[in-house]
Amino acid sequence: MMHYDFVFSGFGGQGVLFGSQLLAYAAMEAGLHVTWIPSYGPEMRGGTANCTVVISDQEIGAPVLRRPSAVVAMNYPSVQKYEPLIALGGLLVYNASLVVHPPTRADIRCAPILASEIAAELGNPKLLNVVLLGALLHLTGALPIEIVEHALEAHLPARRREMLDANRRALWKGAEAAQALLAPA
Amino acid sequence: MIPVEPFAEQVVFQRPRALSAAPTTYCPGCMHGVAHRLVAEAIDELGIRERTILVAPVGCAVFAYNFFEVDGVVAPHGRAPALATGIKRVEPDKIVFTYQGDGDLASIGMGEIVHAAARGENLTVIFVNNAVYGMTGGQMAPTTLPGMKTTSSPLGRDPRSMGRPLKMCELLSQLDGAAYIARRSLHSPAEIRKAKKAIVEAFKTQIAGRGFSMVELLASCPTNWDMKPVDALKWIETHMVQVYPPGDYKIKAEGQED
Amino acid sequence: MARQLMKGNEAIAEAAIRAGVEAYFGYPITPQTELLEYMSRRMPELGRVFLQAESELAAINMVYGAACAGRRAMTSSSSPGISLMQEGLSYIAASEVPAVIVDVMRGGPGLGNIAPSQSDYLQMVKMAGHGDFKPIVLAPATVPEAVQLTGLAFELAERYRTIVTVLLDGVLGQMMEPVELPPMRPLPAERPAWSLTGAGGRAKNVILPFRMQPDDLETLNVRLQRKIADIAQHETRYKEYLIDEADEPAELIVVAFGTAGRIALSAVKEARQKGIRVGLHRPITLSPFPDKRLSRLADEARGFLVVEMNAGQMLEDVRLAVGGQAPVRFVGRMGGQLPMPEDILQAIEKLDAEAGRLLDHKIEGPVTLLSTARLQRRQTVN
Repeated sequence: MMHYDFVFSGFGGQGVLFGSQLLAYAAMEAGLHVTWIPSYGPEMRGGTANCTVVISDQEIGAPVLRRPSAVVAMNYPSVQKYEPLIALGGLLVYNASLVVHPPTRADIRCAPILASEIAAELGNPKLLNVVLLGALLHLTGALPIEIVEHALEAHLPARRREMLDANRRALWKGAEAAQALLAPA
Repeated sequence: MIPVEPFAEQVVFQRPRALSAAPTTYCPGCMHGVAHRLVAEAIDELGIRERTILVAPVGCAVFAYNFFEVDGVVAPHGRAPALATGIKRVEPDKIVFTYQGDGDLASIGMGEIVHAAARGENLTVIFVNNAVYGMTGGQMAPTTLPGMKTTSSPLGRDPRSMGRPLKMCELLSQLDGAAYIARRSLHSPAEIRKAKKAIVEAFKTQIAGRGFSMVELLASCPTNWDMKPVDALKWIETHMVQVYPPGDYKIKAEGQED
Repeated sequence: MARQLMKGNEAIAEAAIRAGVEAYFGYPITPQTELLEYMSRRMPELGRVFLQAESELAAINMVYGAACAGRRAMTSSSSPGISLMQEGLSYIAASEVPAVIVDVMRGGPGLGNIAPSQSDYLQMVKMAGHGDFKPIVLAPATVPEAVQLTGLAFELAERYRTIVTVLLDGVLGQMMEPVELPPMRPLPAERPAWSLTGAGGRAKNVILPFRMQPDDLETLNVRLQRKIADIAQHETRYKEYLIDEADEPAELIVVAFGTAGRIALSAVKEARQKGIRVGLHRPITLSPFPDKRLSRLADEARGFLVVEMNAGQMLEDVRLAVGGQAPVRFVGRMGGQLPMPEDILQAIEKLDAEAGRLLDHKIEGPVTLLSTARLQRRQTVN
């Protein structure tokens, strides 16, 4: 049985929605069951936003979790919020560019990715969400990166079409950065 | 044989086709019967009976569906303009009218009437103002005159604590969506004829698609006013007309945009 | 047709459009507003009616009006807005015109909050307005199921000339899942014979929400009650998981609907892995309630656990159905909080441990209302 749950967390504008939805689209196109759910309401207005994605080859029960098994933290408040919550043996992929005090838990895997820098090198700091997604995919093996590339082609909004290639490269750069850190699961 | 001129029968008065033969259930001296007849005559004259839909209120006129020979429905108290909106939006070619009293329209249904008028909803509203809640037994209405005694203002309506009369024509005529707003009185044959013309005009406004139309009719309630019908009519003339002057409050010209 | 990833609120809107809704009237309220916004785009595109009403009071009466004209009409709202609609719902029920209502529930009472909740079970199932009537209440647990039940809602509303409510919570409204949308259903060319279309070439049609004579009102009420019984006989729906397992049939039954139902499924699967013989009964129609099925399950089951996102509203119906044949326990959260699989698993384990010893008279056990404070205390103890 295949079952993954992910939380994406960051400031509004960091691409929490798009990064997590891209993963959900890819899972759907891979023929899997998937749920995507955002935090909504006042939380949307300032502070951190987060989305939960569950992927499975079976009917999905709970679409939200108290203790997620993998978290993508795009800023420092997200690391602070989720580090204590991640399930034992879980994974914390975080944007090391914005995190002064790295996580300290030894019973989870932590992957510091200089996502903002990598994104800037690719020509657009906004790509940090896709960089982190690439790292997450590499570290969990949840879906092949090629499927996510395909989802990018299908779902990148028309007004950002010219960014398609940069988005693709961001995915692979993220995976490379993760590879450099530690061996895949 | 000497040819005889056949006796020429000429109909000079009959029940309008849009008015049913049902015996009235209104009180002696009540003006609803007159108002119903005027509306029915207007419907007949305009030839719209077969495409007219009535939205009746809660109040004495809850039975109005019984007296009109048109399709009809009864709305919750005050909500007739919303219900009529629902019908008109899906049936824009039908002629939809609400028939509402003062408690229904100016108190509990204030929100619905104001927004229907503000949207320029292409409806016609017949608003019968007799200054009391009739059905429930003569309580103070939003249109009750200052000093007027009712079963819920036994010492007379004191404007300092009970508010002042709501003048719906004056209020609604301020709204851009309102196309035709007029007030008439039913206290004399001459006034009744004027009322009829206003009702015809209101329906014509709707037929032309110009937007919201309303005719307010000043009416008596001898039962709850505790007056003889004739005295009640006089009282309209001597008291109500001063507070609620009849007249045209808004006439949007043909082709006039909002 | 290809699968699409859609938010519950928008998927329901599109499903209603494909089911042939001709008029939508609504008022903004979180967490259902996307449904209204979606309609504001799509309905005019299709030449159908969308109107943002001045209040929920007006919205439900606009639905009433369009329904009287024989059109498929709907509104959507969330708990406090539904409270405002109760007057109109009762009139619609008395008038026996079809109408579809979507209630995306939020936390209560009062303004409560906008977080997901199942706080309207009693409001929709038991008391959707004054007088004796019951709408049909459909409770989806997934976005695809919400799509399917929205289509069904229009069918049932017309077949029985009744109100049908699609009852969900903010989680389902906000959540995206892959859905396969049904094809566009053509709009009917003719209006029902009873509808208000103008008395041309026929006697007038009159739709009344009242009967002044007690004899007549009693007759109407008897008809409404017969209709409710008829609906109960033909339209009761539920879904079961891991109950009728051939070699290991469930001894413990978890009963939960909507989002609580799918969260409970995770807990039930975990409990099965731990060797506990437990299954999930998820009512899809909350009204009519699957009481006969639950009663039959109670003949064999050692115990029941009801899970809800409220203080135990459906719990009352489960207890009635079980009729004292087995203990019925409850775990739930209020205030817009979700019970989590581990909370439910813990409750299942507790029931498993005690249900053997409870065959006598401790049927009416305590209900467990979890709260953040309580969960924190529990964590410290562990």
